[in-house]
Amino acid sequence: MATSTAEPTRRDMLYIATGAATAVATGAAIWPFIAQMNPDASTLALSSTELDIGAIPEGQIVTVKWRGKPVFVRHRTKKEIEEAENVQLSQLPDPQADSARVKKPEWLVVIGICTHLGCIPLGHQGAYDGWFCPCHGSVYDTSGRIRQGPAPRNLDVPDYAFLTDTKIKIG
Amino acid sequence: MSGPSTYVPKSAIGRWFESRLPVMGLMHSSFVVYPTPKNLNYWWTFGAILSFMLVAQIVTGVVLAMHYTPNTGLAFDSVEHIMRDVNWGWMIRYLHSNGASMFFLAVYIHIARGMYYGSYKAPREILWILGVVIFLLMMATAFMGYVLPWGQMSFWGATVITNLFTAIPFVGDAITTWLWGGYSVDNPTLNRFFSLHYLLPFMIVGVVGLHVWALHVVGQNNPAGVDIKDVEKDSVPFTPHATMKDSVGIALFLMLYCWFVFFVPNYLGDPDNYIVANPMLTPPHIVPEWYFLPFYAILRAIPSKLGGVIFMFGAIVMLVLLPWLDTSRVRSAVYRPVFKILFWVFIACVVGLGYLGSQPPEGGAVLAARILTAYYFIHFLVLLPLLGLFETPKPVPASIADAVLHGGAAEPAKA
Amino acid sequence: MISKTSLGMIAAAMFGATLFAAPISCLAEEPAAATSHVAPIPPPQDWSFAGFFGKYDQAQLQRGFQVFREVCSNCHSADHLAFRNLAEPGGPEFSIEQVKALAAQYKIKDGPNDAGDMFERPGRPSDYWPSPFANANQARTANSGALPPDMSVLAKARGIKRGFPWFIFEALPGFAYQEQGADYIVALMNGYEDDAPKGVTLDAGQNFNHYFPGNKLMMPKPLSDGQVAYTDGAPQTLQQYAKDVSAFLMWTAEPKLDVRKKTGFRVLIVLAILAGLFYATKKRIWADVQH
Repeated sequence: MATSTAEPTRRDMLYIATGAATAVATGAAIWPFIAQMNPDASTLALSSTELDIGAIPEGQIVTVKWRGKPVFVRHRTKKEIEEAENVQLSQLPDPQADSARVKKPEWLVVIGICTHLGCIPLGHQGAYDGWFCPCHGSVYDTSGRIRQGPAPRNLDVPDYAFLTDTKIKIG
Repeated sequence: MSGPSTYVPKSAIGRWFESRLPVMGLMHSSFVVYPTPKNLNYWWTFGAILSFMLVAQIVTGVVLAMHYTPNTGLAFDSVEHIMRDVNWGWMIRYLHSNGASMFFLAVYIHIARGMYYGSYKAPREILWILGVVIFLLMMATAFMGYVLPWGQMSFWGATVITNLFTAIPFVGDAITTWLWGGYSVDNPTLNRFFSLHYLLPFMIVGVVGLHVWALHVVGQNNPAGVDIKDVEKDSVPFTPHATMKDSVGIALFLMLYCWFVFFVPNYLGDPDNYIVANPMLTPPHIVPEWYFLPFYAILRAIPSKLGGVIFMFGAIVMLVLLPWLDTSRVRSAVYRPVFKILFWVFIACVVGLGYLGSQPPEGGAVLAARILTAYYFIHFLVLLPLLGLFETPKPVPASIADAVLHGGAAEPAKA
Repeated sequence: MISKTSLGMIAAAMFGATLFAAPISCLAEEPAAATSHVAPIPPPQDWSFAGFFGKYDQAQLQRGFQVFREVCSNCHSADHLAFRNLAEPGGPEFSIEQVKALAAQYKIKDGPNDAGDMFERPGRPSDYWPSPFANANQARTANSGALPPDMSVLAKARGIKRGFPWFIFEALPGFAYQEQGADYIVALMNGYEDDAPKGVTLDAGQNFNHYFPGNKLMMPKPLSDGQVAYTDGAPQTLQQYAKDVSAFLMWTAEPKLDVRKKTGFRVLIVLAILAGLFYATKKRIWADVQH
């Protein structure tokens, strides 16, 4: 088999074009196989939950499921609200005012997932009477803010809205 | 796979790795410098096409398994969920269902090519038989996969095929009950078929590895049917020559595949499989997928339950025995004028059986199927052994280079 | 030597010819027995979604939905159809507000609530089309023992075999045809006969239809001229209703058809370019090899 050296540039161009076209086509073909793992249309359609909060007595926490995760809805007492509001922000690992975390002071809505490694904290426990995570000892206050332990962030607040005085829609 | 490699990695890390696990050298000797007969035509690209289809089926299948539920109450719904809600689910499912058909189309062409050019003859008997094993595994995989959507054809196809085992004397009923995990095709059956349908493709991958290994030991056959004698004159390196030619074949085959997937995705399927399985109602006309039709016709042609099953499996046993049934010393049909005609008659016979398999078993169709079934076996058991003794082959070229020199392999001039 | 070879060839060819003459002549005897109860082939309709560039006609799907909602859905379920689908691209494409309002008109069973009771609430877009009957047995009882089939994938579950040689053409570019199910539904809507032809006796509740396999159908004629009030000026005729609802049912069966054909067109172009490039490269590589 002899090797030809004629027209090296045209030959190289053809090889480069073929290689590039193959790479682009392969990339395009792979995308659907990655995208299929994203939430499907039926999952996206279920992304809001409505909750009647009229029946939750003061001081109680109700847990509802939203997108497969627990959401804590806490009807806070006067004392709890005061505790949450009268904290010096400089004392907090993740400084955030209580007013920035609630829409109405009596109602705290947070995602019930410890920001450390995803366990569900227990309510009305820990030194700040907020939540205590049994997995690794993170302690949250009555505003769901991290006070002690390994968790890096406050409990997340989901998107929610008051439809009426006694009804909220999460998501 | 073709003996010790002379491959030496360029980098120090490469050499370090290679001296501990010579995988690069194995790839290099098997798929780069491996000497490929230079007279291979496009029918030889179907090996690469089949490898591509196997990977495509496994990838789409693994993805579908992420969304599918093997439960009689949920299977049909989960397939519709894939078709409607999962991102690109409709495409992946159509790729997989039509991919099965394309896989069989390619394997039938691959088998026919082997039969035409005598690729089963010594020293390629083991290579050929491994191919038959792959074919059998493919049939088992495809059959179980077809059950998974849990439509009417899924259910009744599963019922009919598993009932074949009741034909076995004495233990048939016990085996069938064991297969079903109950007293009919039901949830345990579906669940185990799903498990096995996931397992078998990886067994196919293993046997394909052996098939390629055997191929690289004995070397590729070619249209002239003579072995490589002089590597310089008779062969080209596998890469880039064969790889590029295979790529052309794969691209063209993909166009056919995608035509079916995107424009006639339900053409090869049965409308009844869009009706959820109903164990209380058999559809008026049970037909397997097209790739099983010739065997289905043989099954129905024999007026005895056990006999039908024996002949159907016997049709595949013929393939296993083929290397010894063909007594001719010449490999390629190019140099066997009578065999060439008989080959095409045989192909027509199998196509005819396939057509009859799709027709209701009434009237003339039954008799026609019997005649063609008889011919199928006569071809293997009578014609091929006798033909080798009586046929006068044309002169076979001395070498591949010789065959190429005299106007290509297809029409060798008389020397 | 040559004559011996050609003699062999002639013998083989004759053998082959005889072999195939026999089965074909066997087949020729067959039809007489089979034809008596075979329904006629539904005439092919002109569908916007047929062919290489086919896509759904949005207005037609909206009208078809109206027919489905006002007529079919009184007896037939469509379990895989969600309200939200009606707003998705490639469908009737109602606005999301229209779909919310529509869904809210239906009562959806939900629960259990905290007291453990099931309750009914207004529908949401994520809900599925409510079934007219609680279960299959109730549906049978309400319909003189016949179960109205679910309509989700009905249009794909009614294939018509047109037989050899048409089945070959139906796969080929330019002739490809996948709309037999929709054709069948149109034909069925038009195929009712007030009185059964002579020689056919109908049982109580049965109706005669030319296109139904076996001709005896429990479903009474569902559509007639003027039955559904269209608001877009389309003719209010049986034929128009039948076509519109068939198109709608094709969409419920194959909601991704538009994107499928569009994607397929691009895929084929890319593959053609790739095949061309591969072939040119292959020719280059093999240029120096005599083969």
